[in-house]
Amino acid sequence: MWAVYRKELRSYFYSPIAYVLIGLFILLTSIFFFLGNLASRVADFSGIVGTMGFILVFIIPVLTMRILAEDRKNGTEVLLLTSPSRLSGIVIGKFLAAFTVFLILTVLTFVYPVIIVLLGGKITAQLVGSYIGFILLGASFISVGVFASSITENQVVAVIVGFVSLLVMWIIDSLAGFIGGFAGKVLSWFSLLSRYEDFNKGILSLSPIVYYISFTAVFIFITIQMIEKRRWSQG
Amino acid sequence: MGQGAFGFIKTTGGKRMIEIQNLTKRYGQIKAVTNLNFSVEKGEILGFLGPNGAGKSTTMNIITGYIPSTEGTVKVCGYDIMEEPQEVKKRIGYLPEQPPVYMDLTVNEYLDFVADLKMVDKKKKRAQISEIMDLVKIGDHKNRLIKNLSKGYKQRVGLAQALVGNPEVLILDEPTVGLDPKQIIEIRRLIKALGREHTIILSSHILPEVSAVCERVVIINKGEIAAVDTPENLSRGFNSASKLSATIAGPKSSVLSAIREIYGVKYADVNMEKDKETINYIIESDKEIDIRKPLFFAMARLGYPIIELKSMDMTLEDIFLHIVTQEKEVM
Repeated sequence: MWAVYRKELRSYFYSPIAYVLIGLFILLTSIFFFLGNLASRVADFSGIVGTMGFILVFIIPVLTMRILAEDRKNGTEVLLLTSPSRLSGIVIGKFLAAFTVFLILTVLTFVYPVIIVLLGGKITAQLVGSYIGFILLGASFISVGVFASSITENQVVAVIVGFVSLLVMWIIDSLAGFIGGFAGKVLSWFSLLSRYEDFNKGILSLSPIVYYISFTAVFIFITIQMIEKRRWSQG
Repeated sequence: MGQGAFGFIKTTGGKRMIEIQNLTKRYGQIKAVTNLNFSVEKGEILGFLGPNGAGKSTTMNIITGYIPSTEGTVKVCGYDIMEEPQEVKKRIGYLPEQPPVYMDLTVNEYLDFVADLKMVDKKKKRAQISEIMDLVKIGDHKNRLIKNLSKGYKQRVGLAQALVGNPEVLILDEPTVGLDPKQIIEIRRLIKALGREHTIILSSHILPEVSAVCERVVIINKGEIAAVDTPENLSRGFNSASKLSATIAGPKSSVLSAIREIYGVKYADVNMEKDKETINYIIESDKEIDIRKPLFFAMARLGYPIIELKSMDMTLEDIFLHIVTQEKEVM
């Protein structure tokens, strides 16, 4: 698992992807920070953290697109699957590498609250809560992205599938409300947003934390099953 | 998967390293490999020969645990690939058709990653990698990105990858494809040297390669085994008689009658008339009898010079074509 983790992390920083994504993210958030905090003289950054969650819908699929698809395309999947390392360890290693890049990106945004503190603001419980929510949301998004990358050897397809899935999950609440009944209930299970909003309100309870962690685990599990299943059917 | 009650029996003593029984792989209705049975002994280099699409790569992918079989068992060092895949994978080094290299890593980084992936002891890792790089001669390129290497060097890196972890069994799928003649000779020599300590299955569709390197050959066609034998036995087995081609300057009828009188000649006839006096004959004789010397003296006595004389023993190529086309006729 750690061999794959180290290799993937290295690949991220050897290619321009990690730098471009982090740069883009910092650019966007600094604009939000300027408009939402500095220019409008608001000392609460947690609202912006909520908006950052939406930017992830676009960032994460690009971050994860190559993670499994590339191995399939380049034939390096054979190396991984015929090595004594377990498939679950390989997939988790890859997930953790993407998650680490995401954490780096998150830590870089800590600079905004620090600026606020320097200007006389305070770190509120609400801010801590929204960051915990943001990190959990990111983990869930990455698991969806990793799954999208496992179903194809084409990175463009992976990024589109990942992006559309995340977008649908983002708006699924209104969809679930419109459909209603049992189907609506099932759909709302996928609603990452409704739990996220709790965090942004500063409500920190166990159930959404468990929700995000199990959501991530389920998608990683499905990804492993997907690769297993393909082994049985491919030529 | 039908291994029955005997799954726990391990072939110890290190004799049979790879045992394949009734191996079948189906994709829906299509049978890629049907009922393969063969085994490879310790220290043996087995050639796996067949035309493109015969099922070589499929079989190798099954042995290495990349894809599962539909029926049958594969045992490596006594471990069943379906029951104890980790144990099998620890003991196999696999070079697939396309070398599984990461283009964005350097040779050194890549081999380091493979060593970690194969759980090589951290302390031994560096020494082992540099030893392997010396062996396949990529030491000079160890800090270059793999994407910048030529096809031949990528192939070597692929081979190096298979050697990491010092596995007992090596499975090499067309290891010399895309190499230039000099590199091919080097790689063959390397494989032969590796054969002293490793058990090797080597696939190829190039016959001289197999006869140069392998001690035993499995010929596979349309997913079924067509022949298993040593390269020598294969060429002998298909020749019930030895054949000669002789070009002799002299009148046809007297030359022919003189040839037919030689002891051991079973058949002689004109193959091609170059001009009136110089004629090419095909002569068949008993396998055990070498008629070349008596032929020379007979012609010398008559004063007919032999312009050219060559043996027409079947090459592995002929046998291969023979087996493959024979099967076609049956079907």
